[in-house]
Amino acid sequence: MKVQATDWLLLSPELFLTAAGMILLASSVFVGKAKEELFGFLSVLMLGITGVLLVFVSTMPERAHGPILGGMFVVDNFALFFKFLVLLAMVLTVLASVRFVGEAPYPGGEYYALVVFSGVGMFFMASGSNLISIYVALELMALASYVLAGYFKGEIKSTEAALKYFILGAFSSAVLLYGLSLVYGLGGKMGLADLARLYTGTQRTNAIALGILMILAGLLFKIAAVPFHLWTPDVYEGSPTPVTAFFSVGPKVAAYAIFARIFYVAFPKFQADWGLIVALVAAATMIWGNLAALLQTNVKRMFAYSSIAHAGYALLGVLGFQTKFGMWGVLVYLLAYTLMNFGAFALIIFLEAKGYAAESVSDFDGLAKRNMPAAVVMLLFLLSLAGIPPTAGFIGKYYLFTAAMDAGYAWLAIIAVLASAVSLFYYFRIAAAMFFTDGVSAKIPVSYALTAAVIICAVGTLVIGVAPESVLDVLHRCVPSKY
Amino acid sequence: MKDLLWLVPLFPLAGFLVNGVLYLISHRTRGEAADAHGSQGAPALAAAPAPSVHGENPAHTHAGSSAHDPAGHSPIPLKTAHTVVGTVSVGLSCVFAFLAILDVGIGRLSEGAAHVVTLYRWLPLGVNQAVGQVHGPAGEWFVDAAFRLDSLSALMIAFVTFVGFLIHVYSVGYMGHEEGYGRYFAYLNLFMFSMLLLVLGANFLLLFVGWEGVGLCSYLLIGYFYDRDAAADAGKKAFVVNRIGDFGFILGIFGIFSLFGSLDFGKVFPAAAAHPSAYAPYLTLVCLCLFVGACGKSAQFPLYVWLPDAMAGPTPVSALIHAATMVTAGVYMVARCNVLFRLSPDALLVVAVVGGFTALFAATIGVAQNDIKKVLAYSTVSQLGYMFLACGVGAFVAGMFHVMTHAFFKACLFLGSGSVIHALGGEQDIRKMGGLASKIPVTYRTFLVATLAIAGVPLLAGFFSKDAILAAAFEAHFASAPWLGRVLWAAALFTAGLTAFYMLRLVSLTFWGKFRGGTEQEAQIHESPRSMTVPLIVLAFLSVVGGYVGIPMVRGGDRIGEFLHPILLPLAGAGAHTAAHEAAASTEALLMAASVAAAAIGLALAYVWYAKGEGAVPARIAARFPGVYRAVSNKYYVDEAYDSVFVQGLAKGGGRFLWDFDATVVDGAVNGTRHVTVGLSWLSSFFDQYVVDGLVNGVANTLQAGFRGFRRAQTGRVQNYALVMGGGLFCLVAVYLLFR
Repeated sequence: MKVQATDWLLLSPELFLTAAGMILLASSVFVGKAKEELFGFLSVLMLGITGVLLVFVSTMPERAHGPILGGMFVVDNFALFFKFLVLLAMVLTVLASVRFVGEAPYPGGEYYALVVFSGVGMFFMASGSNLISIYVALELMALASYVLAGYFKGEIKSTEAALKYFILGAFSSAVLLYGLSLVYGLGGKMGLADLARLYTGTQRTNAIALGILMILAGLLFKIAAVPFHLWTPDVYEGSPTPVTAFFSVGPKVAAYAIFARIFYVAFPKFQADWGLIVALVAAATMIWGNLAALLQTNVKRMFAYSSIAHAGYALLGVLGFQTKFGMWGVLVYLLAYTLMNFGAFALIIFLEAKGYAAESVSDFDGLAKRNMPAAVVMLLFLLSLAGIPPTAGFIGKYYLFTAAMDAGYAWLAIIAVLASAVSLFYYFRIAAAMFFTDGVSAKIPVSYALTAAVIICAVGTLVIGVAPESVLDVLHRCVPSKY
Repeated sequence: MKDLLWLVPLFPLAGFLVNGVLYLISHRTRGEAADAHGSQGAPALAAAPAPSVHGENPAHTHAGSSAHDPAGHSPIPLKTAHTVVGTVSVGLSCVFAFLAILDVGIGRLSEGAAHVVTLYRWLPLGVNQAVGQVHGPAGEWFVDAAFRLDSLSALMIAFVTFVGFLIHVYSVGYMGHEEGYGRYFAYLNLFMFSMLLLVLGANFLLLFVGWEGVGLCSYLLIGYFYDRDAAADAGKKAFVVNRIGDFGFILGIFGIFSLFGSLDFGKVFPAAAAHPSAYAPYLTLVCLCLFVGACGKSAQFPLYVWLPDAMAGPTPVSALIHAATMVTAGVYMVARCNVLFRLSPDALLVVAVVGGFTALFAATIGVAQNDIKKVLAYSTVSQLGYMFLACGVGAFVAGMFHVMTHAFFKACLFLGSGSVIHALGGEQDIRKMGGLASKIPVTYRTFLVATLAIAGVPLLAGFFSKDAILAAAFEAHFASAPWLGRVLWAAALFTAGLTAFYMLRLVSLTFWGKFRGGTEQEAQIHESPRSMTVPLIVLAFLSVVGGYVGIPMVRGGDRIGEFLHPILLPLAGAGAHTAAHEAAASTEALLMAASVAAAAIGLALAYVWYAKGEGAVPARIAARFPGVYRAVSNKYYVDEAYDSVFVQGLAKGGGRFLWDFDATVVDGAVNGTRHVTVGLSWLSSFFDQYVVDGLVNGVANTLQAGFRGFRRAQTGRVQNYALVMGGGLFCLVAVYLLFR
């Protein structure tokens, strides 16, 4: 196991972020509840420094030398893209949390620390190139998430969410681990590159396939694909809303990173085995997610099902990863999805001012009269989620659907388009409530941090939709090279 | 300067944004003030716009304006700002349009120069290998956000921005008392932006964006008085009917993309012109799809029904959108795609027949209308028919020429009618008018000039363009129906006579004779303010001189023909058989004489019957042929037929309709392209009704009921969840074992 000094430099964002989380946790002992906003700004500062470090890492020529720390991690463009994306999700989460956490009767320092620790796990997931490092990173992320879900420990729903998330997460981890050990046990290798060299597709035995399928099942749980999605609505509904917003993007994005990496790098030769299964899962996910969302009256549950459906769309890109747009489409879509989905959740948080819950669709009634800009921005996010041009969601969907067509899954693309048409119905229930229904006319207090988060999401959604080329070019360079 | 072409649509967009934000801000503060007012026990001020002082529904307006008088005259917030932003943005757009044209050079434009300004690559999209082009390899495909200035778009932006500017100025006076003044200007600016995007877009996708944009603005502005049912319904009707056309248009765009692998005008048309025989077999279908779109936007039979209803919008809107600019977008699109249409004689034949029929059909309805704006609306439909007739017989230049002259005189007529309505406080029924000539002289004179221009009186604008169309129709040769050209010419000639007749009837009933309204109303008649009369004068002037760019039979007189000539790309390996024939001078003189005679007869009859005879003769005719009169005055019951066939039929007898639909499409494929047009429009309505609506509503509704069973899976119990997950894993393995 060869380790070079520059390897640590390449991991400096992760190291710094870990230190930052500890600082936040330790200092929370000394800062009272009244001054908790400090943690928010401190976190943003730390994340900003992490961003600078990431930029610094991206310019290091040593990245080209391949995996670091003896093959545990790899800092390629693909990993950097996901780190930036996770960082974006963290920044948005912190911004969206400042007012929320301040109003909650629980200590705020540990909240931010948990977000940061979860983020560290996601960073490592993005870089992981060894089954062990990937698994450990996944668990780091997951454990921090379980606690975050139960942050409102005095509320039964939050506790319930945490417990469900934990039990089912442990269950899925067991399945994943079983798969990993099968794959390892049959080949004796842990590194993804080694596995790719080992499994050239000639030795397609049932045992290897079972290992791959169990890995698949474990990862499908993390991205919340049918039939491993059942935890999602309950956890999303029970968790504090900023945490839900974070869950809907952060862990999902990171899970996609390892999903793509494992199946793209280690097992591309086995697509004949997992292709049809992933296609069926994608179809089931899109159909189920959208149809179930139709029935929801609780906004958070509706968006939980909507996020399930979106996970299904992204699977199309994984299926078509050998075509030009497959992996590219996944990257574009995850970026678009992070912006638009978080934006929508940020608006829900915005409405959840003191004494006013944004629980049901009817809580959006008359938003256009109360706060026109908020209603217009929400409409933008809804349009983007439904995939209407000129928004980021349209561009992302276009690439994914093209990838599915190119890969020969025309039937799946048709299902995807029809499912998107169905999704319009429930998204526009919110739009209709905002613009065509009268509601309470109380003013909504404005939080500047939250407004900043909404603006970031809105600008991103619109820019990618109207002038996608520059973004697409950058993302094209982030498509991983095969080993 | 020519590289600043993008500023032309940008100014109205900026105007829209500024006006929209200003309106929202002022509206909100007003709403709060009203709330505060209401809480003190005083009568709450309605936040919704008060009814207009003058408008489209007389009865409602009179009741409304007296009841809401104080509200109507309360100062409009930020009125000056709205006025300045609204008009100046369009004015600047107009200036920059002309500067860009001059910078490229009129001479160079007429030599075929096309200046393309690419802002950025809009959609870098890949081509699926399955999308094969007939010619050339499938390659990287993308759509640029690019504007194209060539002779065709130069002509369009020149008159669109100029007429648009005049109508913005006019609106300052006409809409001055409306509560939603800022909203109006915001919409109007948005319309200008969309229209310029439509005209300047360098590819079909950008054209389509503009196309949908103007449709949206049309909907918003028709329904401007949204508190009136008629206006709101008319807006919806326009939107739905246009959807049918747009569906065809989208199919056409898909077809073009799959044939050419590109949507760029600069690639598609040269490719088609270079390899006519390779593309021609596919182009009939594509062109018919495009034409369905044109029929929707430009109000051709059978999709014209929305345009007369669209008169429920404010009159300047009728002038700008539903007469001068937007409705000509279909003609522009067909002229833009002339290469494709010329490769498909069948499609051209359909265009010519639909255009000729619409011209005649709408003109006959116009004879029996009594609402001043409805007469002009049917006249617009009829004139649009002329333009399509011109395109259909291959005289695209003549069609565009008529687009331009029509913009001048029809805008003048609509604005004049607006001035009349303004003077009479909302009255639109010409039976209650009369004798206005001396009371509103400026309006009268400009209206008369424009009437003579549309009637085709020699040496006025309409004469030249209409004559060019008639001559082209006379000379047209359709291989499949050699006699058709003459028939179309005869129909167009008769339409010219009808046009002259109903227009002078309108003038007689409105301006001549004695006033037939109440005395109280008579006392209040007043000439419109300067902001309204100046645009009228300018437009009347253009109605006189606008035709002198296309003088026939004089060497060098046909400037517009030379200017637009480059859009008619020569087809490889083909003679000029589809281009308009140069008629012999003697024939042309004869044709001219015939059209002048038709106009003279029409004018004379109208004068004798209405100005001299006080309408006694027409009344006798109507009494003699009650069936005919009823049919005509009820617009041939087309709306009723649509209602019973499509609206009621679809709602009640869906199953039967399916059967009819099959029969129609199958027959259509066999019996000819005419049916295909109808079939396509049915198909699109069917698609909207069943596939889209059915999918969204049906799925939602049935699943609300049926899907609840599945909901039981979401029990909330962790054990069950884990069980399902385990089952899921089992299924994955099972699928693997079954299908590996």
